[in-house]
Amino acid sequence: MGVSPDSTAIEVEGLWKIFGPTAEKVLRCDDRFLEPAALREKTGCTAAVRDVSFTVRPGEVFVVMGLSGSGKSTLVRCLTRLIEPSAGVIRIGGEDVGQASPARLRDLRRHRVSMVFQHFGLLPHRRVIDNVGYGLEIQGVGRAARHARAGEILSLVGLDGHADAYPDQLSGGMQQRVGLARALAVDPEVMLFDEPFSALDPLIRRDMQAEVIRLHREVGKTMVFITHDLSEALKLGERIAIMRAGSIVQLGTPEELVGAPADDYVADFVRDVPRSHVLTLRWICRPPEPGEPLDGPELPASTVIKDAVAVASATSRPIRVVDEGEPAGVVDRVDLLTFLSGQDTDQQAVQATT
Amino acid sequence: MSATAVGTRSGLRVPGWAAPAGIAVLFVAGYLVFRGAGTLPHDDDAPQFLAITDLREWVDDNKNASPVFLYFINYIRLFVGAIFVALQSALHGLGWPGLIGLMAGLGWLAGGWRIGLLGAAGFASFGVLGVWESSVDTLALVGTAVLLSLVIGLPLGVWAGRSPRLRRALNPVLDIMQIMPTFAYLAPMVLFFQIGAPAGAIATMIYAIPPAIRITALAIEQVSPVAVEASASLGATSWQTLRKVHLPLARSTMTLAVNQTIMMALSMVVIANLISAPGLGSDIIRGLSRQNVGIMLPAGLAIVVMAVVLDRTTMAAAHRRAHERTARWRWPVAAGLVAGGVALTYALPPAFPGQWVLPMGGPVNDAVRWAEVNWYDATEAIKNVTSEALLNPLQGLLTSAPWWLVAAAVLLLAWWSSGIRPALTALGCLLAIALLGLWEHSMVTLTMVVVAVLAVLVIGLVLGVAAARSARYSAVQRPLLDAAQTMPSFVYLLPALALFGPTKFTAIFASVIYAAPPVIRLVEQGIRAVPHPVVEAALSAGSTPGQLLRKVQLPMARQAILLAANQGIVLTLAMVVLGALVGGGALGYDVVSGFSQRTDFGMGFAAGVAIVLLGIMLDRITQGADRRSSPHQRNSV
Repeated sequence: MGVSPDSTAIEVEGLWKIFGPTAEKVLRCDDRFLEPAALREKTGCTAAVRDVSFTVRPGEVFVVMGLSGSGKSTLVRCLTRLIEPSAGVIRIGGEDVGQASPARLRDLRRHRVSMVFQHFGLLPHRRVIDNVGYGLEIQGVGRAARHARAGEILSLVGLDGHADAYPDQLSGGMQQRVGLARALAVDPEVMLFDEPFSALDPLIRRDMQAEVIRLHREVGKTMVFITHDLSEALKLGERIAIMRAGSIVQLGTPEELVGAPADDYVADFVRDVPRSHVLTLRWICRPPEPGEPLDGPELPASTVIKDAVAVASATSRPIRVVDEGEPAGVVDRVDLLTFLSGQDTDQQAVQATT
Repeated sequence: MSATAVGTRSGLRVPGWAAPAGIAVLFVAGYLVFRGAGTLPHDDDAPQFLAITDLREWVDDNKNASPVFLYFINYIRLFVGAIFVALQSALHGLGWPGLIGLMAGLGWLAGGWRIGLLGAAGFASFGVLGVWESSVDTLALVGTAVLLSLVIGLPLGVWAGRSPRLRRALNPVLDIMQIMPTFAYLAPMVLFFQIGAPAGAIATMIYAIPPAIRITALAIEQVSPVAVEASASLGATSWQTLRKVHLPLARSTMTLAVNQTIMMALSMVVIANLISAPGLGSDIIRGLSRQNVGIMLPAGLAIVVMAVVLDRTTMAAAHRRAHERTARWRWPVAAGLVAGGVALTYALPPAFPGQWVLPMGGPVNDAVRWAEVNWYDATEAIKNVTSEALLNPLQGLLTSAPWWLVAAAVLLLAWWSSGIRPALTALGCLLAIALLGLWEHSMVTLTMVVVAVLAVLVIGLVLGVAAARSARYSAVQRPLLDAAQTMPSFVYLLPALALFGPTKFTAIFASVIYAAPPVIRLVEQGIRAVPHPVVEAALSAGSTPGQLLRKVQLPMARQAILLAANQGIVLTLAMVVLGALVGGGALGYDVVSGFSQRTDFGMGFAAGVAIVLLGIMLDRITQGADRRSSPHQRNSV
């Protein structure tokens, strides 16, 4: 892809989107910092995205999570200016999207960023293969070439043999595979997903999540994934931004969100997550006490806690935790039991913030 | 806002009927005191009329000196005339077998062999009815008007569908075009385009273009926004999205726009014959003026058949699934049908063979005479009772009351029902009518409209409620309503004339049967749209069917019923005016005589304007009714 690993794929700085008749004016004065309800009362405007900044690394799966109305869908549409941002800077692969001319912007959408939609957005009058080839058709690629490419992508997403079907002949899950294929067909650097699976049944949703993980492994695209489902976010996201009322309230790895929620709102969100499924030994290991035997089994610091339980039950000695070859500390049965019984919360939270 | 709102705010419970009842009492009291004073009797030679007649003479004299006419209007006339002549000679040139073959081919393409057969049989029936030549002329005139409507209307509709601003600007214009009764278009057409086919085609186009624009805009707006966004997200230009997403997805609704445009054009094209456009309408008008049903019936039937064939063909095209595979032999078969027809043109005589024509005039007139003789008592009784009990007293009341009393009553009534602004508009319309010198005739027309609307509402409510409550009855009624709504308005005059002869009542009868079907349908839909859970809840509380209707269904269908009333008024007015041709008199008659006698042009023109004013006034009085959603909300305002 020609992007060096330490550069950024997407960079967003101070992004604002205010809907309403006096959006420009609101943005220029301090009204923009009002609470959403107060702002609507005073100016009739709605701030959908409020001063959002983040960066996405190349090849990363970046999840934006929030409840409906939190501004996440607006945010993702601002990235390619499907919704025109009110203020802020967006760079994709180093190019300033906000300053791009209409032609440059089209070029960006055609070749570098593509999007998968919640309600698929397929064209009912076209066969599957022509839906998948739509992006290439827009670019002016010839019929034979785009059918060849669309055929490849269809087998990549597991839709072999459905090329000549029409969208309404497919199930919801299969339709979203077509949407996914359409986004993949143009071989973009970045893929944006706007709640792609929330219209699907739970079982199909799980399949599709596995599909995205597999595709990410195989094609290695940068992905920005919007969802309102925390378990989906934890499953897919390398980093997760939690949005509330247009602002990002916390941005971190799944472990950081679950282990150290930034405020009550996030804490409320992650309360029902089984912590032992998300947190790793790094969160609970401690320096060995004097005289503690150090000949127990060795586990990497990135081991999820629930997986350490089996090892601990096989030995009475403390587990030695190793972080990239360096000893990071030890964990014994008492530590694990204490953690599992939930008495560690305060202590660990303090430890995490230091 | 309204009188009742003020009343309730001060703590008094005023029943909803108090205000109109009060207005009626005041009106009658005023009438008893002032009757006969301040009336505005009709005068055929009023100075207003003479001035307009002089204006026309002046326009006619200076037509070829004014640059507007020389370089613009005359060219439009020539251009439209050229299209008409080209179409007309092409259709005649195909010969009757060729045209039947063409229709069969088109029908086959649109909806398979059934529609193809319908097309062939339908067009052949024009020959059998003995009106082949006029039918082809009518077809050419409709074709010209539809072509122009689509060429202008579809792009405008697409544009309006994508630009809310244009949509907002177009809406009031289209509203006025749609409530304007057909008769009113004709006089200005004559002023600008003289009489003849081009003026007829343009008048027809003006009448037929609103649905082309409206439905197209709606079709474009309804295209799934996600599909449009997906297209934009892949970098499609606006033009690419229009061509590859909007238009294909809107295709089937846009076919509906074509269908509606054709239907509107067909109902107008007969009226256009009044300004000497050629076609079936001239037979009908000739028959009407001689009260000879035998002359009219073949032409009327031909119009109905043409409407049905074109309607079914375009509907079949609209209902084809968006991505249905067209069979490979579809096109060859269609081409074969057309080619076969054209080949037969050379083998068969050029004119439709006389021995295949069904002679209708004599038998039909005999039948009408028989009905007149045998049903005389019944028809006469209905006619006289309505005239004596309702029509004449009301007409006497309105024409002999002082004009200012009527104006005051209209103002108060509109104020009560729609608010102050519509009320002032209604008052303005009424005063303008007085200034035009058409007060008395307008009051007569108004009387007819009021009586017809009352009848339409009673029929609409009874049949609509019946249909909503009995699925079986609804299934019987629906095809009848469908058929009634495809028929051009003119056709309704025939049975009315056959039954009742030329009187005011005939015009009212025709309006009632013309306006009832849409009203019945709206009432039925309104009641059926009451949410099922609400009905279920009422039933589970032990409501009788009558209670369910009175306490749940009718109140909840209020909006739809008021809309039905509004529609009923607009349709009735259009038809009452048309009823001048079967003895309705008043404004409609003024318009007709304006076309037939040059010296009366001014009166006809003014009457056309008065009809529009009357239409706007009635619309303003009733339009507020469906916005005021419920008594409860009204009180809280």
